[in-house]
Amino acid sequence: MKNIFSKLASGLRIPGLWLAAWASTAAYAAKDLPGGPSLWELNLQPAVTSIAEEQRWLHDGLMIVCAVVFVGVFGVMFYSIWKHRKSVGHKAASFHESVTVEMAWTIIPFVILILVALPATKVIVAEKDTTNADLTVKATGYQWKWGYDYLNGEGEGIGFLSTLNPTHREMSSNGAKGVMPDDYLLDVDNPLVVPVNKKIRIITTANDVIHSFSVPAFGIKQDAIPGFVRDTWFRANKVGTYYGECTELCGKEHAYMPIQVKVVSAQDYSKWVDGEKKKMAAAADDPNKVWTLADLVSRGEKVYTANCAACHQANGKGAGPIKPLDGSPVVLDADKNAQIKTVLEGRLNGAMPSWKALSDTDIAAVITYTKNHWSNKTGQVVQPTDIKADRS
Amino acid sequence: MSAVLDNHGHGDHTLDDHHAHVPTGWRRWVFATNHKDIGTMYLLFASTMLLVGGAMAMVIRAELFEPGLQFVTPEFFNQLTTMHGLIMIFGAIMPAFVGFANWMVPLEIGASDMAFARMNNFSFWLLVPAAVMLVGGFFMPGGAPSTGWTMYAPLSLQMGMSMDSTILAIHLMGASSIMGSINIIVTILNMRAPGMTLMKLPMFCWAWLITAYLLVAVMPVLAGAVTMTLMDRHFGTSFFNSANGGDPIMYQHIFWFFGHPEVYIMILPAFGIISMVIPAFARKKLFGYASMVYAIASIAILSFIVWAHHMFATGMPVTGQLFFMYATMLIAVPTAVKVFNWTATMWRGSMTFETPMLFAVGFIFVFVLGGFSGLILALAPVDLQLHGTYYVVAHFHYVLVAAALFAMFAGYYYWCPKWTGVMYNETRGKIHFWWSLISFNVAFFPMHFLGLAGMPRRYADYPMQFADFNMVVSIGALFFGVAQVYFFFFIVLPTMRGKGEKAPQNPWEGAEGLEWEVPSPAPFHTFETPPKLDATATRIIG
Repeated sequence: MKNIFSKLASGLRIPGLWLAAWASTAAYAAKDLPGGPSLWELNLQPAVTSIAEEQRWLHDGLMIVCAVVFVGVFGVMFYSIWKHRKSVGHKAASFHESVTVEMAWTIIPFVILILVALPATKVIVAEKDTTNADLTVKATGYQWKWGYDYLNGEGEGIGFLSTLNPTHREMSSNGAKGVMPDDYLLDVDNPLVVPVNKKIRIITTANDVIHSFSVPAFGIKQDAIPGFVRDTWFRANKVGTYYGECTELCGKEHAYMPIQVKVVSAQDYSKWVDGEKKKMAAAADDPNKVWTLADLVSRGEKVYTANCAACHQANGKGAGPIKPLDGSPVVLDADKNAQIKTVLEGRLNGAMPSWKALSDTDIAAVITYTKNHWSNKTGQVVQPTDIKADRS
Repeated sequence: MSAVLDNHGHGDHTLDDHHAHVPTGWRRWVFATNHKDIGTMYLLFASTMLLVGGAMAMVIRAELFEPGLQFVTPEFFNQLTTMHGLIMIFGAIMPAFVGFANWMVPLEIGASDMAFARMNNFSFWLLVPAAVMLVGGFFMPGGAPSTGWTMYAPLSLQMGMSMDSTILAIHLMGASSIMGSINIIVTILNMRAPGMTLMKLPMFCWAWLITAYLLVAVMPVLAGAVTMTLMDRHFGTSFFNSANGGDPIMYQHIFWFFGHPEVYIMILPAFGIISMVIPAFARKKLFGYASMVYAIASIAILSFIVWAHHMFATGMPVTGQLFFMYATMLIAVPTAVKVFNWTATMWRGSMTFETPMLFAVGFIFVFVLGGFSGLILALAPVDLQLHGTYYVVAHFHYVLVAAALFAMFAGYYYWCPKWTGVMYNETRGKIHFWWSLISFNVAFFPMHFLGLAGMPRRYADYPMQFADFNMVVSIGALFFGVAQVYFFFFIVLPTMRGKGEKAPQNPWEGAEGLEWEVPSPAPFHTFETPPKLDATATRIIG
């Protein structure tokens, strides 16, 4: 007997060692991300809105119902599997129907379902009530970033784009080796900022294909549909940073358009609005300003990295069906309108999206940059006024 | 019809194939009109596609083994997920069930063949060019479609030419399914042996009869959706282009009006198989035959009014959400009735656990788990958390891979002696079962946790916190994939080559039905004259 146990133990040691080795390497030195996912998470992310709280209750409650039914049904089944085997000499009975029993197990589940549906109904009604919001923000899905515009309430008029931290995209391409940040693929350049304990209404729409605006901690998920406007709401009850991701397949960079929401106190929010307004005033470009080539190129490089490099790559070579910009006849063309038109309107049914949403200065800068970078040395300068002329 | 039913008037006993012409060589298969040959071809086609689609799943799981991109680009990743879905649904599961129907429906109702034997041949051979056009997408400029199997507009409008070939492939497969379904409906309604009333029909035939009606009802809807996509892509229409007054959400409504019944198309025949296998190995009649029939029929009817539960996140009004939530939850009732009936069939039986029974019990186990996660998803507020995440991936793999595929395995082991004339290897069958059951759960159970924690599906890369579970999932998936290769090469192929113990006419002590009244392997021609049946319609008396 002892012999058997020691043999078993030594046999178990091999997968045990393997498991231990795996556990230590698999941890990736990553930690839980407050406001986002946790390691080995078994349930929904911690709720910070009443709706998310309700959803969790509904989920856990129904789980308990399921568990009870599961134990009941499989308890009976495994009992009969154990006792009613031919190998233990059990003889088959001959019954094969019973109206009473069959009626009972049709009606009882029906009643249970009604009991579950009632509280769920209440939550649905609450979820859809987007009236009387303190702050309204429009979230626009782009391939592949989010645009936020503060439409109503404190901060009205603020608008910016929110893109994945480009170093994270690079890490992803390189196989995510080495020590990775805890907010890998969730960190953005400009998070959405909202005040705590205020009803925030989010209006969603999209520019190209369907995206979906989802923040698990708030219990919201709303598709962003091109040409349509939909809304949802949340009231976060805790200051912090919360993470979500696009949840509707929207093309190749689908995994790289996170949502980051900073919930701050009322004072911090006012401070942020002030700063944002000042920044906007300072950054507002005079659309008629005449820029130098060098200034346009250096600004264009930033615009390129943030918007174009995901497809055309930093080296301008493109990939697969994506056309290279380095040496492209459209880019080298002496008539700059061809390229301006491409950027403004997109190509191939939106496979190259329209970039109308960028400012005239940004478009002028990025076109000038592509015309004067890599092996492209055209010396051409495209001014914001050129874009403005072509827009109309 | 009379031409088909005509049995040349010279068969005075039922199993006289000695005088019949049996075609040989390639003609036997290319020009096949025999339901058994066509059934075999369907099953081989489905097995091939299962391995092709499975290979894609292996690449997907290899990529997701660790965070970061290691093997594929995000665009190729999306192509893989899309084609994996399309191939498994239209290439593997559906044709496999049609193969089962072709083989077993005429045998179980005492018919000589399918009603429209030549159309049957056409139904099968349409699948081959369709599969070539589907898989060929990978070799077209821009690669295969990368829209997910749902092909939502407007993303589908951005795809390259492979989208068009996929649309045409779907048309061909749809035509094939519709013809196959009409054949099954007509065969079951018109060609039953005298004495086999509808309420004595074997459950597998009942399940397929209802499934065939579902198919005829919804395949044209899918055809409409993809045709509108084609028009939008090339002929200047704007069905789904809001800039010109179209509606991208309309695509989803049309697609899911097809898509939801479609998922029942992939599970109802499985119910049929399980309802045949469990009584055989419990040595007891199926409990609640009538309520089983009503349950299948009500599931089929309900499937038409629940499509929008796939769309809770599109922002439908309160009343819409409530209606679709209630209707969806209602499906749990007939489904529960079926599970209770199977349990009651086992209760006080005299059970043995050969491989078909193992797979049948395994089916109930995983199907109930998949049903519970379906119930949780039906709850609209919870669905907002889980929609578009790995929870959904876990749910439909539990009902489609584990449940539908396990039912097919049960059916394969149950009927393989009848098809090939030899017994499969019982030890290998048991290895296949336990290996599949364990690795399947290792692969797909953790996906529930990933989904609850918020990991979206169709992601080529993911945050670090999801790394551990993804690694477990990938390991399970690899083992599950290898188990199916083992099944094909070490269990199916040997029986096809006639290796194994010779099968008796009825290898199962408790099995009842007309298929067990003919020799094993079933001769090329069976029931050339309609057999005379006993009162239960399970035995031939003359």
